[in-house]
Amino acid sequence: MMMNPAMRVTADEERVVRAWAVLQGVLDPEVPALSVCDLGIVRDVLPRDDGLEIVLTPTYSGCPATEVIERSVVEAIELAGLGPAQITLRRAPAWTTDWISDDGRRKLREYGIAPPSGNAAAAQAQPINIVRRKPTAPIECPRCGSANTERLSAFGSTACKSLYRCVACREPFEYFKPI
Amino acid sequence: MTTPSIEINHTPAVQYLLRIGDTALIHGQRLAEWCGHAPIVEEDIALTNVALDHIGQARALLTRAGQLEGRGYDEDQLAFLRDERDYRNVTLAELPRGDFAFTMLRCAMLATWFRLLWQRLHDSSDVELSAIAGKAVKEARYHQQHAADWVVRLGDGSDESMRRMRAALAELWRYTPELFDSDAVDEQAAATSLGPRWSDLREPWLAEMRQLLVEARLDPPADSAFRSTGKRGVHSEHMGYILADLQYLQRAYPGGVW
Repeated sequence: MMMNPAMRVTADEERVVRAWAVLQGVLDPEVPALSVCDLGIVRDVLPRDDGLEIVLTPTYSGCPATEVIERSVVEAIELAGLGPAQITLRRAPAWTTDWISDDGRRKLREYGIAPPSGNAAAAQAQPINIVRRKPTAPIECPRCGSANTERLSAFGSTACKSLYRCVACREPFEYFKPI
Repeated sequence: MTTPSIEINHTPAVQYLLRIGDTALIHGQRLAEWCGHAPIVEEDIALTNVALDHIGQARALLTRAGQLEGRGYDEDQLAFLRDERDYRNVTLAELPRGDFAFTMLRCAMLATWFRLLWQRLHDSSDVELSAIAGKAVKEARYHQQHAADWVVRLGDGSDESMRRMRAALAELWRYTPELFDSDAVDEQAAATSLGPRWSDLREPWLAEMRQLLVEARLDPPADSAFRSTGKRGVHSEHMGYILADLQYLQRAYPGGVW
């Protein structure tokens, strides 16, 4: 039976809506509190004649999770019967932590990771201070909320995080670096 | 049975990209040597994080170089199957890692240079190169800040740390002019808006380095007539050893995959 064009559009729209719902459940392997949607790396979902094209923006140049994420996305879409899925990488504009959703920030905090502060794009636009940098706004402890925290290490277990500790509750925690 | 080397067509655009991509790759390889050897665990993590960023940048650049080269070589073939003379990284990147002061000063020199370069490459006429640069410039920024902090801490530190930082500066400084020499490759890149002449980076780099050295209580050494030539394929004696390490597996087990 031939579908009329109007039905076709509706069917495509429905597949796209279902795909976004599926992607809400695809987690970042290195920060499993966040879905790829929370992270803001899914830029587009486009209907194709024989499936879907998912457009992703990689986070860090060397992030080893990128390829795992691509495979997880393809598997999830195909498992939901929406495949075959094809991944396209869109590098520009570059990913920024400003794209992490409000829901994502809440989930990070609940998971014990302080979400990225401020407006990363504006901070990147500032001229670099190589020496005598001004102290940045305090990072709040995701467990007790205290602003009395200190940085232990600029780099952490993954490219996207720094290591902190809370002076008030004595708990170490990770901070998702604004970039 | 070993995998034979590939030969590539060194057009100016391909050379321009390989000079940058190979510098990122070889510096990344040197930094990765610190894995498990850094003086404190936080720095072990930092150095390997920076190395990983460099290797990611190199993958993207080698992929793009392969596309422009035109014979279908991918990032892996370019990284593992080229001979030494076809590597176009600056000599500075291939020098043995030295001590922690040497590593951090080189990291500050290269990160400053990379940040200035990526900023300009973001305006490249090559859409892919512009996109790679738009991402990498953010990474170079925190690499530079991190390395600069250590240059100050060690340069303006104890007698021993100051001695080591001065020795590193005396050794490394003479390799930096290569970062700012322009030749026909640069002229072609500038003419096609692929990217800046490297000589355009000299003044802003010197301004930032001088500021850093003053803060670290270090004096820039006098200029010397020595010119390193890694970016033209003529490397130091250290390059063969690093390639042996980097390429061994693919040469011994052709096409091996994880």
